Amino acid sequence: MTLDLSLLSDGGVRWLDASGSHSDVVLSTRVRLARNVEGYAFTGRARDGERLRVLALVRDALRKLPGMSDSVVVRVDELEPGDRAILFERHLVSKELAGLEAQHPLRSGAAVYLSDGLSVMINEEDHLRLQSLQSGFELRAAYAALDRVDREIGARVPFSYHPEFGFLTACPTNVGTGMRASVLIHLPGLVLTKEIGRVLAGLQQMGLTYRGLYGEGSEVVGNFFQISNQTTLGRSEEDLLDQLIRVVGHVIEREEEARRVLLRDAGYIIEDKLWRAYGTLRYARSLTFEEAMNYLSGVRLAVGLKLIRGLSVYTLNKLLIFSQAAHLAAAEGRSLTESETNLARARYVRKALEDDAGAVG
Amino acid sequence: MVCDNCHERDAVVNLTTIENNAVRQLHLCEQCAAERGVETSVSVPKHPLGEFLQAVQQQSVPASADAGKCAFCGLTMKDFRATGRMGCARCYSTFEPSMRELLRRVHGSTRHIGRTYRAPHDEVLESVSVLGELREKLRRAIEQEQFEVAAQLRDRIKVLE
Repeated sequence: MTLDLSLLSDGGVRWLDASGSHSDVVLSTRVRLARNVEGYAFTGRARDGERLRVLALVRDALRKLPGMSDSVVVRVDELEPGDRAILFERHLVSKELAGLEAQHPLRSGAAVYLSDGLSVMINEEDHLRLQSLQSGFELRAAYAALDRVDREIGARVPFSYHPEFGFLTACPTNVGTGMRASVLIHLPGLVLTKEIGRVLAGLQQMGLTYRGLYGEGSEVVGNFFQISNQTTLGRSEEDLLDQLIRVVGHVIEREEEARRVLLRDAGYIIEDKLWRAYGTLRYARSLTFEEAMNYLSGVRLAVGLKLIRGLSVYTLNKLLIFSQAAHLAAAEGRSLTESETNLARARYVRKALEDDAGAVG
Repeated sequence: MVCDNCHERDAVVNLTTIENNAVRQLHLCEQCAAERGVETSVSVPKHPLGEFLQAVQQQSVPASADAGKCAFCGLTMKDFRATGRMGCARCYSTFEPSMRELLRRVHGSTRHIGRTYRAPHDEVLESVSVLGELREKLRRAIEQEQFEVAAQLRDRIKVLE
């Protein structure tokens, strides 16, 4: 099977188009629900035949859903490793479903349904992982879209549900609502003013947690943080969302305040630093992933502060995705060594910025 | 608010401690908090599963309650401790005392408050749960080399499938 994402608007990255609210600070909002089909062992313990039956059951149910009728089905278990890496780099599937984790090799029956902003992973850690991705800070909209599909699938496929514990999941950390809501947020102001430690400590006191760009286990790069709820049991979905909205709203205010302080107290230093970041991206001949992330973070901040004009946030957001190793290899049409990847990355970034350069100044 | 320890810097951390059964709230500045081992600076997030597995190890429910294995999927508590994942929905009932304590540790609650759910009635489902039990019996029969019983079970499974 070859991967063709051309049927999805913008190849499935429209959630980066900066159309949502507070999109200069918040890249995207993601809400996911974990569900399991009653009567089958959870994915990790199921045999190949059981996973394929789960896939068939869900496929039947989804076929009849109005909201998912235009979706693209990808049999992840039939893809080459490069294509699976592309799905992962685009945030369309998890690392586990893509079979890219050493402890979780690719499983038969691994599949994903992709439609605009909504996806359903099948045979991930749980039988179903329903996910809604939206541009900007849009938790309620993301959840509303997801809830609709969840109810429709749940009316056709029996989910595992316990009267006391709620929705049952493979990992007890997801039991109850099965909901993890997260916001991908860019906080260079708080990092530069060294306020970030306090803010993150505060999050943990509120029962929230943070991770890097790629979720669980990933490191923080380019000042991108994913803030999400920690617990899933004992509080309602609305409650969990309300709290996240309140706290993230507060974090956004703190970030905006930090940016104002930076401009006021260190205007020319900041301006110089950010233009240097732009200059490096525009002219460098070799860039590591981490370098690219950090300079992109700077340029993103410069655009937010209106120091650099004429460069779209969408262009920058897309660079985060398309300058990753598997995407560069696909663009070059062959596998690349690490140093070749760094050269290809610099070339790609240069070209993208060049296309927007006429207006920059 | 001023730090309860040095009475100089601004307090940024609220630390709840329990000493001799008395709960005490401390408001500390970053420096004093760090001296007490409370991390406030940016660091790579701790792997949440790590903390969770630690909670799994620390369970106080007697080991005898965890003996045996799930009749549906064959999971034992030893398997769970190794992977941190349950084998199937039935495991939650099989190991209910342990799970209840674990959920309380992880979430601070065991009662789901949120969207309630009623599964659609499904005849297939009933046969599926019978299937699970038959498969488990088959597994045991093979382990005990009762091949005649195994063959009968296999036939029944085939019919249901």
